[in-house]
Amino acid sequence: MSEAFRTRDGGRIDRTRPRSFRFDGVGYQGLAGDTLASALLANGVHLVGRSFKYHRPRGVVAAGSDEPNALVGVWRDEASYAPNLRATQVELYEGLRAESQNRSPSLRFDRGAMAGLLAPFLPAGFYYKTFLWPRRAWARFWEPRIRAMAGLGRAPTLPDRDRYAQTYAHCDVLVVGGGPAGIAAALAAAAGHARVILCDEQAELGGSLLAETEATIDGMAAQAWLAEALARLAREPRVRVLPRTTGFGYFAHNFVGLAERLTDHLAEPDPQAPRERLWQVRAREVVLATGALERPLVFPENDRPGIMLADAARTYLRRYGVKPGSRAVVATAHDGAYRAALDLHRAGVAVAAVADLRPDPEGPLVEAARAAGIAIRPATAIAGTKGRLRVRSARLVRIGAEGEAGGGASAGETVGCDLLLMSGGFTPSVHLFSQSRGQLAFDPVSAAFLPARPAERCRSAGACRGTFGLAAALIEGYAAGEAASAAAGRGGAPGLGFAVTGAIDTRGGTLGATPHGRDAARVKAFVDFQNDVTAKDVKLAVREGFRSIEHIKRYTTTGMATDQGKSSNMNALAIAAVALGRPLPEVGLTTFRMPYTPVSFGAFAGFARGELFDPLRRTPIDPWAEAAGAVFEEVGQWRRARYFPREGEDMHQAVGREVRAVRQGVGIFDGSTLGKIEVVGPDAAEFLNRMYVNAWSKLAPGRCRYGVMLREDGFVMDDGVVGRMAPDRFHVTTTTGGAARVLATMEDYLQTEWADLDVWLTSTSEQWAVIALQGPRAREVLAPLVAGADIGREAFPHMSVRACRVAGVEARLFRVSFSGELGFEVNVPADYGRAVWEAILRAGRGFGITPYGTETMHVLRAEKGYIIVGQETDGTATPDDVGLSGLIGRTKKDFVGARSLRRAAMAAPDRKQLVGLLTEDPREVLQEGAQIVANPQTPAPVPMLGHVTSAYHSPTLERSIALAMVRGGRARIGEVLFVPMPGRVVKVSLCDPVFFDREGVRLDG
Amino acid sequence: MLLIPCPWCGLRPEIEFSYGGEANIARPADPAALTDEEWGAFLYLRTNPKGRHAERWRHANGCGRFFNAVRDTVSDFFETTTKPGELPPSGGKS
Ligand SMILES: [Zn+2]
Repeated sequence: MSEAFRTRDGGRIDRTRPRSFRFDGVGYQGLAGDTLASALLANGVHLVGRSFKYHRPRGVVAAGSDEPNALVGVWRDEASYAPNLRATQVELYEGLRAESQNRSPSLRFDRGAMAGLLAPFLPAGFYYKTFLWPRRAWARFWEPRIRAMAGLGRAPTLPDRDRYAQTYAHCDVLVVGGGPAGIAAALAAAAGHARVILCDEQAELGGSLLAETEATIDGMAAQAWLAEALARLAREPRVRVLPRTTGFGYFAHNFVGLAERLTDHLAEPDPQAPRERLWQVRAREVVLATGALERPLVFPENDRPGIMLADAARTYLRRYGVKPGSRAVVATAHDGAYRAALDLHRAGVAVAAVADLRPDPEGPLVEAARAAGIAIRPATAIAGTKGRLRVRSARLVRIGAEGEAGGGASAGETVGCDLLLMSGGFTPSVHLFSQSRGQLAFDPVSAAFLPARPAERCRSAGACRGTFGLAAALIEGYAAGEAASAAAGRGGAPGLGFAVTGAIDTRGGTLGATPHGRDAARVKAFVDFQNDVTAKDVKLAVREGFRSIEHIKRYTTTGMATDQGKSSNMNALAIAAVALGRPLPEVGLTTFRMPYTPVSFGAFAGFARGELFDPLRRTPIDPWAEAAGAVFEEVGQWRRARYFPREGEDMHQAVGREVRAVRQGVGIFDGSTLGKIEVVGPDAAEFLNRMYVNAWSKLAPGRCRYGVMLREDGFVMDDGVVGRMAPDRFHVTTTTGGAARVLATMEDYLQTEWADLDVWLTSTSEQWAVIALQGPRAREVLAPLVAGADIGREAFPHMSVRACRVAGVEARLFRVSFSGELGFEVNVPADYGRAVWEAILRAGRGFGITPYGTETMHVLRAEKGYIIVGQETDGTATPDDVGLSGLIGRTKKDFVGARSLRRAAMAAPDRKQLVGLLTEDPREVLQEGAQIVANPQTPAPVPMLGHVTSAYHSPTLERSIALAMVRGGRARIGEVLFVPMPGRVVKVSLCDPVFFDREGVRLDG
Repeated sequence: MLLIPCPWCGLRPEIEFSYGGEANIARPADPAALTDEEWGAFLYLRTNPKGRHAERWRHANGCGRFFNAVRDTVSDFFETTTKPGELPPSGGKS
C-alpha cells in the first residue's frame, strides 16, 4: 500500500530508506525515522485498537508516551512478544510485525463491541456491584465473559530469551528530559565541568525542537542549533547522553531509575546484546525537564479514530511528514491549536473550522489563522461526533453567555471532517517531581499544579515547571543546570542568553467537561481513554458518596491504566471538583506512582534469572556428592545432599539402607552447612551465660554442651552444640538457617546491652567443613587417621572436643551425636574438606562406610526424639514445651528470655508439649502439619489439640513414627487421639518422643 | 533508596543496613525484680510516633556496628545518627 498521506518533503524521516512492516497481517510501507504510529497514519490507518471496557474503535491520539489508545503487541518471535507498547514509541524497522489488541475477531468487526450495548449495565464501579446477583451467574456467566473481553494485550507464552542488563551510576547532575530546557541544563552543567547524565525517552533528543521549523536560536534554525548542541555534548567526556531512556522512578536521596531500550528499534539486533538496561543512578543534583502533555477535550464521542491532540497532529506533520487527514475541524481552548491549524492548512489539509471555547480568542496565531482564511468560531463547543470506524463529522454548538451550549440533540452545525484536533491546553509533567515527594501547588493563572517545594535536591525547568515558550525554557533550563552544577560542588558557568526568533508564545486552556447541550446522562464524553472512564462515571462516583479524589480514582479506575492518567488526571479532577462543589486545588491530585511508563519485567529482573536468581551455597563436599549421584534438596540458600540412591533404589529404599548402615555400622554425613561462630575473649563464658539458657562457666575446656537460646520473650530461637576450646574461646554452632540471625542477635546484645564485656564474635560458618561420622564402628574408622589426641572411649567421652590432626589436617574434633549412635564431627578448614572426606571414606571402606543425606539424618534424629528448631518449634515453644527444661542453668540469675519464662502462662499445664505419635496402622505415615483432635465427631469448629511436626517411616522400628506438639501432651501419653485427613480419620496413640534407645546407651559405644 | 550516614563509614545505601527498633530502651538490670506488666511493657510497648523517632540501626553489611538515629517517620529521612553513648538523640514525643 502506498503512503497516501506522506507529504512531499520535510520531516526527520529518511525518504531514501523505505521500511516495510505488517500490522494485523497487512503489509505497509513506512520510512526510516517513523514510529509505527506515524507510518500507519502515513498509510491512512487511524483505527488501531479497541477500548478496554466497551471495545470501541480507537485511533492514535498522541505522538508520544502519553498515547492512551494505540497499544500494540510487537514480536520477532513468540519469546520476544511484547504487549501494550505504545505505537507512538515503537520505532519502525524493516520487517516489523505488530498487532492490535483487545479485539476479536478483527479490529473492524469486534464481538466485544457488544459491550457498548451493555454499557448501561457497566457503570463506574461495576466491578463492585453489578455482578453480585445472582451469585452463581458470576462464576458461570459473567467472569468468563469479562475475562475474555477485558485485559490489555497478552503475555508471551515462551520464556524471554533476551538479556537485560543493569548498571549503577553516579553523577553530579542528572537531567531527565532532552527538550530545549533539558539540553540547556546539560550544556550549563557540562560547562561547569560537572559529570552529567542526560536522558530522554525518545529515539532522538530535542523534544519540541524536533517539530520546530520556524524558530531560530542564536541565529541558527532551531534544528541546526539542536544538532550543534548535541554534538557539543557528545564531545564532552564527562557527559553521558542516553536516548530511548525513560526516567521512570524517583526515589529517596536522588536515586533515579532509568529504563534504556537498546535493541527494540533494530531490524537485526545482536543476539548477545542486552535488549534493555536498567540504570540505577545516584545523582548529587537532579534537573527535571520533563515537559508538558497536551490535554484532550472532554466532549461527547471524543474517542473516535481521527480525533487527536492538536500538537500531536503538528508533530506528525512537521517531524514525520505525515498528514493526519484531509479535512480537519479544530476544537480548542488554547492558542497552540491555531499553530497546528496553520501548519495543516499550509500542507494542503483543508481546515473546515476552528471551534474555540473562548469567547474572544486573540493573539498573533489567531490573527495568522484568520489571515489565512481559516474559519474561526469563538465560543463554540463540540456537541458530538459521528463516524463508525473514523470520525465523519462534528457538530459545533455556540456557547451562551452563561457558559451553556445551545440545547437539543440537533442544535448547531454539522461539519464534515476526517480529522478532529483538540487541545485543552498543556499539563506540566510533574510525575517524577511528585514521586520524589516534592510538594505541588496549584497555579491559578495557568490552572496547573506546579512544583513548589522539592523534597530532594532537584530543580524543575521548562514546561514541567509551567514555563512555556522556547526562549524562556532555554534560559530557565540553563540556569537550572548552572545552579545544579554549582550545588554539586562543580563550577557554575557564565549564564548564556539565548536569542530566539520565530517562536510565538501561546496561552489558554480549559479543564474538565465542555458544554454540549445534550442529556448528560446519555452521552459518552471520555476522560480516561485507556480505562474507558467517562465524565458521567466521575459524576456518578460523587453522587454515590465518594468524596476523596483517591476514592473516586479507584471507584471509577480513572488514571489507573498503564498511562498513569497522563492525559486524564486533570480533566477527571476538574469534573470531580465541579460535582463536589469544591474548588479544584482543595480536591487535590491523586498520588503519582512509578513507573512513569511501563517498564518490562526483564529490566527489573536483569541477570537474576534461572540459576542466578538466588545465590546457591554449596559445601566443599558438594562436588563429591554430585559425582556420587546424590539427590539434593535446597535448605535456605544451601544445596544439601538428601540421599544417595544406588542403582534402582527409590528414596524410601535408599533412606532405609542409609539408616540401617548408621545403626549397624558407620555412616558419613556432610554437616558443613551448620552455622558456626567463634566466641573469644576473657568474658566469653559470661557472655554465653547471658545468651543461652545453659550455664557455661563450669564447662571445662575440651568439653562441649548442647545449648539452647531463647528470644527475650522466652521462646526457643536456636540451638546447637557449643565446645570450649580454651578458657576464653568457644566454638559455637547454630542451626543451618539460623546462623546469621544468631550472630546478629549476639552482636546486638554485645554492642548495645553489655558493651563492657570483653568478647569478640566471628562468623566461621564457611571456614569449617564438618564431616559427621556416626555409628557403632565410627571410632574404628576414625582412630587411625587422628594424630595429637586420644579418642578412646574413656579419654574422649561423649560431648568432648579436641584440637588435633585428622588425615594430616588441623582439625577440631567433636564427639557428638545427632543420630543417637556413637558419633564424631570432624571440623577441618573448608579447603581441606573434600580431601579429608575422601580420606575417611577410604579408611572406612572395610567397614562398609555409607554416605547419607539430610533425609536419613532427619529419620535418625526423629527416632531419637531430637527436635529441629523451626520444625518442632514455631516461635511459641518454651524449652519446657519441647522437653528441654533440664538444660536451664538453675543457679543463673538471668539470661535472655529468663524473665519471660517466669510468667504463669509459660507454665500452664495445657501448653502444647512435645510427644511421640504412633499410628494404628504401622504403614501409615502422617502428614506433617496435620491437626490433632480428641473427637472427630464433634460438630465444627472442632477444638484443635495440636499438630504433627515430623513424620517418617522408621527403618529401625520398621514402622511409622511421628513427633507432635499437643496440648498438655505429656499428661496424655497413652491416650488415643485422632488426625482428621480428607475423607478419613487416622487414629494415633500418644507416646514418649524418644522411640529408640531411650536410655542412650548407644551414645557411649 | 535512602543514603544513611553510618557514624563510622559515612553515607552508605540503605540496603547495607538493618533496622533495630526503637532506641533508648535499655534491658532492665534486674528483670526478676519486675512485675509481669513492667516486663511486658519493656518487651512490647513502643512509642510508634508520627514524626521524630529515636531508633537503633546496624550497618549490618558494612562495619557491623549498631548506632542511634533520629528519623522522621513521615518523610522517612534521617535527621541525625550518633555512635552509641554519644549525645543520645532525644526522640519519641520530643
Ligand atoms: Zn559502618
